Amino acid sequence: MTEDILLSVENLKVHFAMKRRGLTGPKSFVHAVDGVNLKITKGKTFGIVGESGSGKTTTALAVMRLVPITSGTITLGDFRLDQLQGEELRRARRHMQIIFQDPYSSLNPRVRAGAIVREPMDLMDVGETSEREDRVAELFRQVGLRPEQQALFPHQFSGGQRQRIGVARALASQPDLVVCDEPVSALDVAIQAQIINLLRKLQDDLGLTYLFISHDLGVVQYICDEIAVMYLGKVVEQGDRISLFTEPLHPYTWALLSAVPSADPALRDQKNRIRLQGDPPNPIDPPPGCRFASRCPFSQDLCTRETPPLRPIKDGHLVACHLVSDDGVPPQHAD
Amino acid sequence: MSAADNSQSQDAPPTFEAAYEIPDIEHPLREAARMFARNKAAVGGLILLVGILILTLLVPFFYTVDPFDLVWAPLSPPGTENALFGTDYLGRDILAGIVHGGSATLAVGASAALLAVVIGLSVGSLAGYYGGWVDEVLMRITEFFQVLPTLLFAMVIVALFKPSVATVAFAIGVVSWTAVARLARSEFLRIRSLDYIKAARSISSSNRRIIWFVILPNAMPPLVVQATLAVGGAILFEAGLSFLGLADPNVMSWGFMIGSSRDYLMDAWWTVTIPGIFIFLTVLAVSLIGDGLNDATNPKLRER
Amino acid sequence: MVEPLLEIKDLRVEFDTRDGVATVIDGLDISLYPGEILGIVGESGCGKSMTALSVMRLVPVPPGRIAKGTIRLQGEDLLQASEKRMREVRGNAISMIFQEPMTSLNPVFSVGDQIAETILLHEGVGKRVAWQRAVEMLDAVGIPAPEIRAREYPHQMSGGMRQRVMIAMALACQPRVLIADEPTTALDVTVQAQIFDLLKDLQEKTGAVIMLITHDMGAIAEMAQRVVVMYAGRKVEDGPVDEILTNPKHPYTAGLIGCVPHLSVNPTEERLPLTDIPGVVPPLTRLGKGCPFAPRCVKALDKCGWEMPPQSVVGEDHRASCWLIENDEI
Repeated sequence: MTEDILLSVENLKVHFAMKRRGLTGPKSFVHAVDGVNLKITKGKTFGIVGESGSGKTTTALAVMRLVPITSGTITLGDFRLDQLQGEELRRARRHMQIIFQDPYSSLNPRVRAGAIVREPMDLMDVGETSEREDRVAELFRQVGLRPEQQALFPHQFSGGQRQRIGVARALASQPDLVVCDEPVSALDVAIQAQIINLLRKLQDDLGLTYLFISHDLGVVQYICDEIAVMYLGKVVEQGDRISLFTEPLHPYTWALLSAVPSADPALRDQKNRIRLQGDPPNPIDPPPGCRFASRCPFSQDLCTRETPPLRPIKDGHLVACHLVSDDGVPPQHAD
Repeated sequence: MSAADNSQSQDAPPTFEAAYEIPDIEHPLREAARMFARNKAAVGGLILLVGILILTLLVPFFYTVDPFDLVWAPLSPPGTENALFGTDYLGRDILAGIVHGGSATLAVGASAALLAVVIGLSVGSLAGYYGGWVDEVLMRITEFFQVLPTLLFAMVIVALFKPSVATVAFAIGVVSWTAVARLARSEFLRIRSLDYIKAARSISSSNRRIIWFVILPNAMPPLVVQATLAVGGAILFEAGLSFLGLADPNVMSWGFMIGSSRDYLMDAWWTVTIPGIFIFLTVLAVSLIGDGLNDATNPKLRER
Repeated sequence: MVEPLLEIKDLRVEFDTRDGVATVIDGLDISLYPGEILGIVGESGCGKSMTALSVMRLVPVPPGRIAKGTIRLQGEDLLQASEKRMREVRGNAISMIFQEPMTSLNPVFSVGDQIAETILLHEGVGKRVAWQRAVEMLDAVGIPAPEIRAREYPHQMSGGMRQRVMIAMALACQPRVLIADEPTTALDVTVQAQIFDLLKDLQEKTGAVIMLITHDMGAIAEMAQRVVVMYAGRKVEDGPVDEILTNPKHPYTAGLIGCVPHLSVNPTEERLPLTDIPGVVPPLTRLGKGCPFAPRCVKALDKCGWEMPPQSVVGEDHRASCWLIENDEI
């Protein structure tokens, strides 16, 4: 079993220091990611879903070593990513690549498309120099662009095409892990489908492993094999795509599902829709106890005192809530 | 492919490829050039500057009168034979001064601006890219230079060393880099947070590569504009220093001409006004070009 | 037959661009009836927002112009109205909420002042009354402690709160028509659900007609009774929401529904590829004579490229413009 795990994250914490208020004020910390554990199986898609401030993007950037890690371990294959520095880190980078949300700000406007895709190979010394030109052309074809388009500048492409360039750049170094940070949320609906289909096809063809970050439950349900729901820096529930959506346990997961406007009458007319009040609180110096307690309709005394651990309910389905019983009965409304 | 699309007649049904293809958009530099060419004031400024460059760089080979030679009666008005622009209080030919003194003025202006850009860009880019304490320290230094009485400081530098074209240019450069530094810092701060910088880091680009080959080219447009404005400012500064008598007395320059003739302004207006007009025209030309570059490279001002 | 409250007829809006004249809206007919929420859906660049701006008469002129058509609010043609009359109409009879609440609010005035200002402008009441009304409006949109919140500034509020303020401001003068242009795009889903509940609730209470502009078919299903599907500035299909969701007639509508992975409470192991609509919306300066969707349509006939399909009635209050219907192929 264990040799199938490509990426394993243990107790990851990313805290950002805030500017002090005044000269003597106390230093406060944003607990962007606060003790996250993940195990991602080779060839599968692992999704992290959550609202703004949940820490999903910070988790992705931490895995990519693009934000400083406060504590925890990140293991990608044979690399201890959290411990690598300098030249070693640069060598490890070719095994993990990232696709960004915004296809406009993620490509350098002054560099031609072909050079953008070639750059990772030159910088990380991937393959023979003489073969790189052919490889760029092949990548263009793979992502559905024409090799002649290499000479164009990013602004000469549409949003969807630019995202394809971003995908090609991420694949250039033949990475094992591809982190997709909201890769379709900035795109028009019709274009989203093109990119999602492309990502799935590439996974089948190349055996890629995805860490897929999104706020869109529909997309996550469609593309991910296993999903973690995050709220204010913590994973509140985790499970495979079937069991998480058919039997959501955590009240927050439940609330998220009820909030999605849906064309499906079955989903719209569900009796137990939970409507949350207010916005997610901000993650600066969070109080003890369950982070969701302040918005949870079932919240009890215990919830504000003790942090619920993420515990397994059944095979592969984990939840962090005091009120879910050990045999998997979620909290119910009294009426 | 796209050219064929463009020539497609209006009545023909658009093809599938046409829908897939984004219409040809100009290269950013060409678009900027086109926008610049459309700006009449900027083109006027460019023509004016070319004229002034010809006057100060080429004409001296044909008009060989030494600007320090006493050629005619002192304080002859313009239009006098042999002295088209008249002479100053010593009888020196003002036209010769204009023709031969321009290069010194322009050299001081250009090199002072270059120095300001080099210092400002280095300080601003490091502060903006690294942030944190580097930013704190560099910005405190920048503020120190900002609140310094610049004219006084430049006078001290020139007075300490021997007044020469080089020291004057150095003094001006040292006191006028702060605007460039602030602009460079804010551009670096803005671009640093964009995703393509994260992308560059994730493909193992070094900091040096990111600063020089990724951020700098994208930060260039406003910096180029700022540089042209700095040239104008430096020329005026040089005139000011010369007017106060802090210029090299052995080198003719427009500012020097004004400075040396200042006592005769009431009796012989041309001795001061003519070099003044040339300084004015040069600064105007450079500013117009700077404004034009700003408009041409600022997509927000582009009307479709 | 109920008289429409707002009726857009044969609207045509053009923009001058470097590549020639772009027809951003062409031959558009939309009617809003009392008491309904009408959805307008389509990709970006399909003319949804321009429709809203035309109703408000806020199309930037130049480079744009309303070339043709009428927009009648209870019989009065807004396109013929004077600018002075339009200022009375905007924010009073018709008001609008936008996608980004932060940029639509003035950062240097408290939110209470900004709402009171709208009331002062349109209703000629005293300052004290206007402020009182502003506080009541904040209460009505579900802002806790409205007396205190009214004194706060936009930056002190969260995105969801700001959108509530925008709604309070839009509803302050009891408009008959409320145009909501992607009102929740910038918000989280749980907050979006709150805003949608609020809009539905207020719509029932005030009886205002809501025109909801969005790209999200789910939001349409949740909110609207009728929907207009737009593509490249043309209406391609309109009808009752349930009818269109279950039985779309135009291939573009079918594409819009099929290209989004819909959340399901009982997902299956098997995942079919999403129907994608190839390509992008063509440049509006280069539309041919035919159906604008033809170049991206997998079912397109020869004819589609050459001739504009007429509008056919395909069901009760359900119309679509497609040659396949004419040819009985659907």
